[in-house]
Amino acid sequence: MSAEQHITLECLRYHPEQDDAPRWQSYEVPYTPDMSLLQGLQYIKDHLDGTLTFRWSCRMAICGSCGAMVNGVPSLSCQTFLRELAPGPVRIEPLAHFPIQRDLAIDQGDFLKKLESVKPWIIPAEPRALTDGANRQTPQQIDDYYQYAECINCLLCYAACPQYGLNGKFTGPAALALLHRYNADSRDAGTSERMEVINAEDGVWGCTLVGYCSEVCPKGVDPARAINQNKINSTRDYFLRFLAPRR
Amino acid sequence: MVMPRTYIRPMGSWWRRLPFYRRYMVREATCIAVIAYALVLLTGLWRLTQGQEAFDAWRAALATPPALLAHVVLLAAFVFHAWTWFEVMPKTLPIVRMGGKRVADATIVRSGVAAASVASVLLLALAYGGWA
Repeated sequence: MSAEQHITLECLRYHPEQDDAPRWQSYEVPYTPDMSLLQGLQYIKDHLDGTLTFRWSCRMAICGSCGAMVNGVPSLSCQTFLRELAPGPVRIEPLAHFPIQRDLAIDQGDFLKKLESVKPWIIPAEPRALTDGANRQTPQQIDDYYQYAECINCLLCYAACPQYGLNGKFTGPAALALLHRYNADSRDAGTSERMEVINAEDGVWGCTLVGYCSEVCPKGVDPARAINQNKINSTRDYFLRFLAPRR
Repeated sequence: MVMPRTYIRPMGSWWRRLPFYRRYMVREATCIAVIAYALVLLTGLWRLTQGQEAFDAWRAALATPPALLAHVVLLAAFVFHAWTWFEVMPKTLPIVRMGGKRVADATIVRSGVAAASVASVLLLALAYGGWA
């Protein structure tokens, strides 16, 4: 065993009952090469300062709870290793563009409303009974949407999107990627119900293809692709209404 | 339930925060070079309507050192603009499949750049060949 190594973690702190604005607080954390940033934060909570608040659950990039800005880059803290950041100091902030609730915890309420607005579930053309059996798809039909189904709602893409930061009404990357996930699914017939969200000024047209959402996505979802494909769909929908007026 | 007071961080100078954002801003700013050169060409068209003398004067103005320098700067901006345009092109296309397989993004980018390069060379050949 080598001598114990230390890293400096600077956390943005905000306790609404006492702070008017966030402040930085620095911690010296001992680490081993296999420790994630999340484990570093847990070390602080367990041994140095029990008042530090942050969200986490699975520790393996599945639950999407532990997102934070690490030196300004949206990252999952369970997937970020202290050895890569040593000796620091490392600046850890709550995910950008969201209101800070407490320390590293943000208020996700806005995203949850937007997620609901895209009807992220399969809307079948005809109701199906269990006795109808499996709703089968070809590998290519699965390939049409599968990457978008990988989203874990971690919100790194929203923290990467300056358009969302500048205009909070923008539906944003993850919600639009999930919208596309269902529209692109051969079992789904709900596209017309979702077009209003796509076509809205704060729908796909709120995106200027900065593209950083796709860079930071830990699951390879590529929200920028989902959004920009739907600019074509939105344009087609706009012009087709003149040829075939809607009911 | 009373929600706790949240803190919203300012967005000032957001584009300076990361190199990725700076590159994005440069990419978007190069559209000014595109507009500028469109205006140069439109001016040429307008001068052409005023007759041979006016058109020759416009061409002579383009051959002065400041105009040549401007051309070098605009060309660099154009190349960057074109490159970044093709770079994001795969994200704007529906899935492209050939023989049942997805065409890789890099292939789409390279095809776009190749098409633009060939078109530019053909146009140059046509222009210089036609003038001779």
